[in-house]
Amino acid sequence: MSSPLLELENVTIKFGGLTAVSDLTTTVGEGELVGLIGPNGAGKTTAFNMITGVYQPTSGHIRLCGHDTRGIKPSKLAAQGIARTFQNIRLFGSLSVLDNIRVAARLHNKQGYFGALWRGKAWKTSEAETEKHAIELLEIFDLASQRDEEAKSLPYGDQRRLEIVRALATRPKLLLLDEPAAGMNPSEKDDLMRLIRFIKERYNLAVLLVEHDMKVVMGICERIAVLEYGRKIAEGTPKEIQCHPRVIEAYLGAAAV
Amino acid sequence: MPFSGAKRWLLVGIALAVLASYFGDQFNRYYVGVAIDVGIAIILATSLNLINGHTGQFSLGHAGFMAVGGYCSAYISLRLTGHAHAEWFFPLSLLAGGLLAAFVGLLVGVPSLRLRGDYLAIVTLGFGEIIRVVAQNTEAVGAASGLKGIPKYTGLGWTFGLAALTIYVITSLVNSTYGRGFIAVHDDEIAAESNGVNTTRTKVTAFVTGAFFAGIAGGLYAHHKQFLSPTGFDWLKSIDIVVMVILGGMGRTVGVILAAILLTLMPEFLREVAEYRMIFYALLIILLMLLRPNGLFSFKFKRRAA
Repeated sequence: MSSPLLELENVTIKFGGLTAVSDLTTTVGEGELVGLIGPNGAGKTTAFNMITGVYQPTSGHIRLCGHDTRGIKPSKLAAQGIARTFQNIRLFGSLSVLDNIRVAARLHNKQGYFGALWRGKAWKTSEAETEKHAIELLEIFDLASQRDEEAKSLPYGDQRRLEIVRALATRPKLLLLDEPAAGMNPSEKDDLMRLIRFIKERYNLAVLLVEHDMKVVMGICERIAVLEYGRKIAEGTPKEIQCHPRVIEAYLGAAAV
Repeated sequence: MPFSGAKRWLLVGIALAVLASYFGDQFNRYYVGVAIDVGIAIILATSLNLINGHTGQFSLGHAGFMAVGGYCSAYISLRLTGHAHAEWFFPLSLLAGGLLAAFVGLLVGVPSLRLRGDYLAIVTLGFGEIIRVVAQNTEAVGAASGLKGIPKYTGLGWTFGLAALTIYVITSLVNSTYGRGFIAVHDDEIAAESNGVNTTRTKVTAFVTGAFFAGIAGGLYAHHKQFLSPTGFDWLKSIDIVVMVILGGMGRTVGVILAAILLTLMPEFLREVAEYRMIFYALLIILLMLLRPNGLFSFKFKRRAA
């Protein structure tokens, strides 16, 4: 059997006395759309931070295409195909919309320090290519008209979208979305669901989605894993999760079951 | 034109500097001296701007790198005095000073750039003081009495030619896909790292580049004043350069150059009150924060147009 794109095996992380994620085992296959849900403080974002290399698990293994990612810097993992967005938007605020994309596209621009200084033919070709690519991406996601605006001056919804586009510019295999629907109104949420489906199809991505909005999660995820207090309490299709007694208990309390 | 864009400006700058150096003798020597001070300040401020402005790492050690470069190139020149064509080695001694400063920058930068904000400022401040104390206690470079009799090689041509080169290098770096990484680190380190920017390497690169040009500036300074004393490189000198960067607007090259010119000329006009410079700086920065938080010279330039 070939190894799945992302594999978490008994992953545990402790901060002092607090076990934020405990014994988490799950997989994300190529092109799969998996949801990760759970009440506040369940360890969803911590799991993201471990997958992207920001935190190192205390024990257990995280594998990308079968290779253990322990000790690999986040920037290296980004180069290997893991991209993410953040719960609280983290754009490069003082850079233009286009430059936000260019920074992420740096991974595929071979020109380095001395290329930028010499500004020769190879550099110019490479810069033009990067820019063309970035503009194409912005056009697909309807942000091209704002390309020269400062990222921090964009409206909230556009900032969320730009963050996703920036992640795509690294050309990932796996995209981690941390509460992309937070702060959106219902029509924006519908747009977002369409957007996620679209990028998944178009770029043949695997997506791991942390989200509180059940309509979004149930609407687009093929499989859902539920965390509570750092432990996985359930995993299955949206239908299975909706009527899973442990999940209902975690969200609504034991009396509701 | 065989050269386009930024490169053409670099050539124009160097040509003007060389031209100026031919007519340099006709000007009042005092004015030429002040002009060289201005050129050196431009190199220092522009290179510090890469570290403190564009990359957002608060370094207070620029005078230390300047001292390393200054002492290194002055030492080489003094060793070569009496040699038939000693002056020909001046550019090499400058380069050696710059490279040594860059190397020291690497040694200081690799461990300390893991720190953020205030901590980095304290470490670099301490580094600057270490350099000063080492110079003060090393007989080979004159210890406390300083290094005397350095040949007068620095002229308008070298100073402004190298100032043009510094400006070219910093703006070319920043205005490229590669160099947008510096600003990305400034804006959000975590997001930069997760988008494939190796933040540690980016910060060290900025630090080493800045240190290199500070070293070059130190070499020019040594062959301009013809005398180096450790006290000339104390932390107040670092503060001087930081003030230029803050006043010009962090990350705004044009503003920083203007601030470097202004803050170098001002003490010349205000000789009598030069002792109170630091009080004035403090007031200026407080007023600046209140009235023009983006820098004194932040006009409506296109953002980051440098």
